[in-house]
Amino acid sequence: MRIGRPQDVLTGVLFLAFGLTAMGLALGLRIGTAARMGPGYFPFALGLLLSALGALLVVKGLRSGPPRGEWPALKVRPLLIILCSVLLFSRLLIPLGLLLSTAVLVVVASLAGHEFRLRETLINAAALVAIVVVLFVYLLEFPIPLGPSLRLASP
Amino acid sequence: MELLSNLALGFETAVSPMNLLYCLAGALIGTLIGVLPGIGPVQTIAILLPTTFALPPVSALIMLAGIYYGAQYGGSTTSILVNVPGEASSVVTCLDGHQMARRGRGGAALTIAALGSFFAGCFATVVLALLAVPLAELAFRFGPAEYFSLMLFGLVGSVVLASGSLLKAVGMILLGLLLGMIGTDVTSGAHRFTFGVPELADGLGFVSLAMGLFGICDIISSLERREKRDILRSKLAGFWLSRKELKDSAPAVLRGTLLGSLLGILPGGGAILSSFTAYMVEKKSSREPETFGKGNIRGVAGPESANNAAAQTSFVPLLTLGIPPNVVLAMMAGAMMIHGIQPGPRVISNNPALFWGLIASMWVGNLMLVLLNLPLIGIWVRLLSVPYRLLYPAILVFCCIGLYSVNNNTFDIALTALCGLFGYVLHKLDCEPAPLILGFVLGPMMEENLRRGMLLSRGDPSIFFTRPLALLFLVLSAALLVAVALPGIRQSRRRAFKE
Repeated sequence: MRIGRPQDVLTGVLFLAFGLTAMGLALGLRIGTAARMGPGYFPFALGLLLSALGALLVVKGLRSGPPRGEWPALKVRPLLIILCSVLLFSRLLIPLGLLLSTAVLVVVASLAGHEFRLRETLINAAALVAIVVVLFVYLLEFPIPLGPSLRLASP
Repeated sequence: MELLSNLALGFETAVSPMNLLYCLAGALIGTLIGVLPGIGPVQTIAILLPTTFALPPVSALIMLAGIYYGAQYGGSTTSILVNVPGEASSVVTCLDGHQMARRGRGGAALTIAALGSFFAGCFATVVLALLAVPLAELAFRFGPAEYFSLMLFGLVGSVVLASGSLLKAVGMILLGLLLGMIGTDVTSGAHRFTFGVPELADGLGFVSLAMGLFGICDIISSLERREKRDILRSKLAGFWLSRKELKDSAPAVLRGTLLGSLLGILPGGGAILSSFTAYMVEKKSSREPETFGKGNIRGVAGPESANNAAAQTSFVPLLTLGIPPNVVLAMMAGAMMIHGIQPGPRVISNNPALFWGLIASMWVGNLMLVLLNLPLIGIWVRLLSVPYRLLYPAILVFCCIGLYSVNNNTFDIALTALCGLFGYVLHKLDCEPAPLILGFVLGPMMEENLRRGMLLSRGDPSIFFTRPLALLFLVLSAALLVAVALPGIRQSRRRAFKE
């Protein structure tokens, strides 16, 4: 069977997954009555509505007919590299400090582009590090460690 | 006369050196962002939100508001010179503005866009000042039932603007409401949907969600396609309007301003809807509709005035009722809450300096923009030639450092990466994130009002149908939903989004 609208089916599945999870988790909380709603009442109702909507989307999308949409095309490279660069920054900021982790973020993120030019990327990284230090550390006075933290050595 | 003394207080706040500086900064950054295609006011506010934490709330809001209306000015520059909309509300300006530029009247198009926006901005500021006090007084009489119905109306309104499937847009609202439930329940103290993560006890961070859905996700999806920009290289000259151009555009500016001021106030309204509507009005009312799309100055004057007027009057529902009418104002609502100010009728009475200062700053900011914009056009055009491969790492750096500063922990950065992934999935499924953000902002307030309403009525839901205002909002929401779902309107809605 050919699926009429794959995007609708996938969206429906996503809504169903969120709706059912919400309902399941809300059941673990106190539901209460309409007059005295517990913490689970409103989330449960929302989950129910969302699941119903998801089911509707799945049914509508599965109805075979002339295919009206395509499976969404994915390009994994920019997605993975950008997400990794952000995650890397979150892991590196405290041990390495602002200077190094910003440079790492810029270089890794630049790999996601259509063309990677090493010289240009390094200049960009240096310029951004300088801007960041002036703006965030000196002007806005954010409390961010600049260099590697010395606490690393102590237990 | 109370209005005058209020405005005096406002100007006193707005022209203090520090606030002037932040107003200028906001307006300039907004123009810059508006000029750059692919980054709109929502993304900018999301990215810069943490940077404003260190400021006093008045300065922060003045700057963020400046970004919003500055973007309306900047977006038109790109539309006219590059034929790529700098941001969504300038899409229609491309049609006639770029044609004018091709015929050597680009200077005149930029002038009328700036002057029209300035006139609209001044007018809308007065509308905001006049409407705010009576509306806030009305809002004080609202009970929980009225508030709940009003919020529902606001959420339904956001569906009208979302392109694509109605079911998906409704689903996105529900998803947003559910995400808003994450954290500690105010009434009972129970932890909801926290999965045992202590950082989630205070709720899913607004900044993380907004930055993930708009900042990070937009970078990823822009990197998937190659973009081409074709900048008009010819020299810009002739900024003065000819007598005929002036005669043609003055009524269009007036019509656009009135239309934009009105549409900006309605839920689901705002800059984008107004500019589209204003273009339709100009084209339909013209004696020579065939000249539209070929460089008719009315096609620039009307929409450009309308989008700026609407950008400003859309602050009315947020500041008086506490309901953000569109996603940019939802970001403003988020910013206010982070600064400890609950948007709503109490803002005027509890923070008069903030409220009137914000209004006065809009006028000041518009004046700055009209004075600065035309002389700076050369710089904006040069900025357009900065390649995206240098730009997006810079955006990422600002996002990440800003995120760290929200709570001084790195958890928020990792959470944002997750939200970015979530946003990417939604993007691939053609689900618009705007209704989700609105639902997220309104979720906790809606639940609280529903609970209080039902408690007052001892569990009888008829409280929503017997109080006239509550019923009115419910009927309006239902009518709006039916209208969007009707086949005829659906067709024209689809056409409008295509144009």
